[in-house]
Amino acid sequence: MNVSDSTPAMNNLMGSEADSQRTLYPYVTGTSVVGIKYKDGILLAADMGGSYGSTLRYKTVERLKSVGKHSIIGASGEISDFQEIMRNLDDLILYDNMWDDGNSFGPKEVHNYLTRMMYNRRNKFNPLWNSLVLGGVKNGQKYLGTVSMIGVHYEDNHVATGFGNHLARPLLRDEWHENLTFEEGVKLLEKCMRVLLYRDRSAVNKLQIAKITEEGVTISQPYALKTFWGFSAFKNPTAGAEGSW
Amino acid sequence: MFRNQYDTDVTTWSPAGRLFQVEYAMEAVKQGSAAIGLRSKTRVVLACVNKSTSELSSHQKKIFKVDDHIGVAIAGLTADGRVLSRYLRNECINYSYTYESPLPIGRLVVQLADKAQVCTQRSWKRPYGVGLLVGGLDESGAHLYYNCPSGNYFEYEAFAIGSRSQAAKTYLERKFETFKDSSRDNLIKDALFALRETLQGEKLTSSVCTIAVVGVGEAFQILNQETVQGLINEFEIVGEELPPADEAAPPEQGSGAESGPSAAEQGAAPMDI
Repeated sequence: MNVSDSTPAMNNLMGSEADSQRTLYPYVTGTSVVGIKYKDGILLAADMGGSYGSTLRYKTVERLKSVGKHSIIGASGEISDFQEIMRNLDDLILYDNMWDDGNSFGPKEVHNYLTRMMYNRRNKFNPLWNSLVLGGVKNGQKYLGTVSMIGVHYEDNHVATGFGNHLARPLLRDEWHENLTFEEGVKLLEKCMRVLLYRDRSAVNKLQIAKITEEGVTISQPYALKTFWGFSAFKNPTAGAEGSW
Repeated sequence: MFRNQYDTDVTTWSPAGRLFQVEYAMEAVKQGSAAIGLRSKTRVVLACVNKSTSELSSHQKKIFKVDDHIGVAIAGLTADGRVLSRYLRNECINYSYTYESPLPIGRLVVQLADKAQVCTQRSWKRPYGVGLLVGGLDESGAHLYYNCPSGNYFEYEAFAIGSRSQAAKTYLERKFETFKDSSRDNLIKDALFALRETLQGEKLTSSVCTIAVVGVGEAFQILNQETVQGLINEFEIVGEELPPADEAAPPEQGSGAESGPSAAEQGAAPMDI
């Protein structure tokens, strides 16, 4: 055995000891986040679930947070990595405020900072295992973007993470338009979240909606969606196979 | 200023509480050829005198684009100015890369001032011998700053540095209240007038000066010679002719070693710029 192989200098990222130094799999995860632009600003929706594998373990996880005066962020993926991201963002905003010079980071700046952060971590083979939605309003300009754990980033009028891309985006492509009112926006988001609740196994029926306008940020209290299970196919499910459950 | 026993080291205070090396560095700025800046609410104009040592050589570059929204004009040791411009460009481009947004000029000048301050507190360094007029934009509009070798910086409506800058400052003091809402052309005209003051009767042509403009919606650019000559002719501000032998203005320095003290400054006469 070569002594040089086990020195810190030979830190082979693919070795088993080094694996404990980087993220390999996520543990406690959040599911979809959905975001849309509307007339006065941005609306984000996410449920409050933190899954531990297939177990719906935590049901009071806040996955929507405000960032400074002009932005809100929603995260899916590893919750502990989101907490780390929030620590970084809070520091960023703090130092920005300390300049005390009338300039402040808008959503575009925060989004790009996040992109750099995620991409740099990905390059070190130690990603922050999150997909993020970043939205905000500054000087009347609305901004909505997303970043993935590998640094893929883009802006659009409506974005989503995870299952939201497959179930919510098609709905939004059909029904989103400029100048949605707040009520219309919320209704549209609830429609998306309801579909996700029915079809995504990691969804829980407890969600929050975050709104950001030029005036500021509001994150709603948690609430549940009404669901309908009274389909005839669900009555007497064992009718065709007596004894099964 | 005269030589004294406290002026060898930048880290030595004089009993009167002065750092002579820093003050000598500011002398170097005063010996350089003039640079002028003025601003309106949405635009900054930088202008400087650009004389070459001989007809054979090129002009010393004294105005630098730092980013689309920021430019600097320097007076003093132009080599120091060049190096600092590279630092400013670096800071701007790194910020743009991380935030997809232009670095607010107010933050850039603080970083520059802090960099200059370091050189006033290390025994193995010397202060930068260059004054910078930094003009640019941030969220609240156009700003003009002056960064000093001492590490101080100030914001100005209009300012002039370098040799015979007092003449320009006198003109600017008279006119500065009109600058705020000035049009682009009038702002440039005022810059040319102020520049002419520093030439003390010499003819103002586009071959002895450089003008640059930056504004909201207008990226920083150095105006080309024909444009400047056109503006000079338009504003009819050609001064009287003077025979070259009478020239008292310090010539521009490339890498030459000519050292002619211009005005009657005694003692410290660092290299001409």
